[in-house]
Amino acid sequence: MAIVIANRLVKDYGTVRAVDSIDFEIADGEFFGFLGPNGAGKTTVMRVVYCFIQPTSGDVSIFGMNVIESPSRIKARIGVMPQENNLDPDLSVLENLIVYARYFDIPKKVSLPRAWELLDFVALREKADVKIEHLSGGMKHRLLLARSLINNPELLILDEPTTGLDPRSRHSVWDKLNQLKAKGMTLVLTTHYMEEAEKLCDRVAIMDLGKIVAIDTPTNLIAMHGGNLEDVYLKLTGRKLIGDRVES
Amino acid sequence: MRVWQRHLTVYTKLYKSSFALNFAEPILYLTAMGLGLGAFVTQINGMPYINFIAPGIIASSSMFAVIYECTYGTYVRIVFQKTFEAILATPVNIDDLIAGEMIWGATKSILYGTTIIIVISLFGLVASPLIILVIPLLFISGIIFAEISLIVVAKVPGIDSFNYFYTLVMTPMFLFSGIFFPLDSMPPIVTKIAFFTPLYHLVNICRSFSSGNAYNVVGDLVWLMIVAAILAPYPFRLMRKRVIN
Repeated sequence: MAIVIANRLVKDYGTVRAVDSIDFEIADGEFFGFLGPNGAGKTTVMRVVYCFIQPTSGDVSIFGMNVIESPSRIKARIGVMPQENNLDPDLSVLENLIVYARYFDIPKKVSLPRAWELLDFVALREKADVKIEHLSGGMKHRLLLARSLINNPELLILDEPTTGLDPRSRHSVWDKLNQLKAKGMTLVLTTHYMEEAEKLCDRVAIMDLGKIVAIDTPTNLIAMHGGNLEDVYLKLTGRKLIGDRVES
Repeated sequence: MRVWQRHLTVYTKLYKSSFALNFAEPILYLTAMGLGLGAFVTQINGMPYINFIAPGIIASSSMFAVIYECTYGTYVRIVFQKTFEAILATPVNIDDLIAGEMIWGATKSILYGTTIIIVISLFGLVASPLIILVIPLLFISGIIFAEISLIVVAKVPGIDSFNYFYTLVMTPMFLFSGIFFPLDSMPPIVTKIAFFTPLYHLVNICRSFSSGNAYNVVGDLVWLMIVAAILAPYPFRLMRKRVIN
């Protein structure tokens, strides 16, 4: 069963067409990836899916609800890990989780045990009372992941979850995401790291200049076009994927 | 409401430092202007100078509390802290968020105004207990100042642009609102312009209640309510544009 369905999705910013009539479906329990260089339109697609911006045209429905008609009801069941750190610097680590839970109308007696559980999950329990500015980059990433899980989401959206992380932190994030998938959560990620898509995703949509040029499993894409995902990208778009290779 | 709670949570963490300043500023004004200038200007409208300016300080202090919060505060939350973006990924929508900012601004108006009321009452500068009635009205004036601030935030290209707003709008309004001298000593045009500023009406209200004159405030109160209602749609409309695009 598809959780996310997009039909002829278009998003314009002024005269610039960021997303150009794309179609995709994401199934329940699937780990789905959008792969492409910066400016391909990945983040815009994510922002439409988590109802931050409205599509210019086309239909997008999540859990069977339209993104324009019921954004709040959709957002209640989604977790978002943003590309840029937007933790609340006026609050401590634990308060960030509790206050964020409040935006979902989750009472403190529910959110507090949940917050501790999540701090354990991302190994930040001993940092609970620390101010955000005193966390390292990797810790902030892990806290963002914990925050995105505070409402027990059915669908987790990850916008470049490991960009800017050192290899060790990156592997730790990958490990957490695999654990979530094993629990049956649906995950959608954007990345410009080939290896990330290859390692994590059940299916990958390759994006270029606002269009989807291919959707398939990484294995099939490689079988059809040869080499690795990087070669696939080169073959499909005639360009090299900008972005650094990840050492594993 | 959730947004308002977030601001309260942050404020209660920081209040120790900001609350002391809360007292310090009005006392500075009262001492400098009231005693310093008051030594030369002995009486205005039949009362000692310091008693004349004291109620006006309620109005200006509550106004600046809102304006700072909803210009610099809100701008930093949007642009530097990306707090809005984080909150908008939750069921809270942009209208809830803007309403939260406005109601929080109005809450600060009450908080700061009430502090001044307590201070000037302790100094014996208030003639009538009717001054208590100012407190709920600070909510309405707070909403107006929050509305104006958020409209400015939605329109400014960068944080430096607030200087224009403060120098060209806020400072003249502060000086010519009737806090420090009655405007009838000025050319009539000044009173006419002042009539169109919310601070002028708030100062009138504070001064009337302070001297026990309840009936004088009706016109000013109606003015504040009408303006609050007229401005109401704009912060929502303009901020939606600013934040979403």
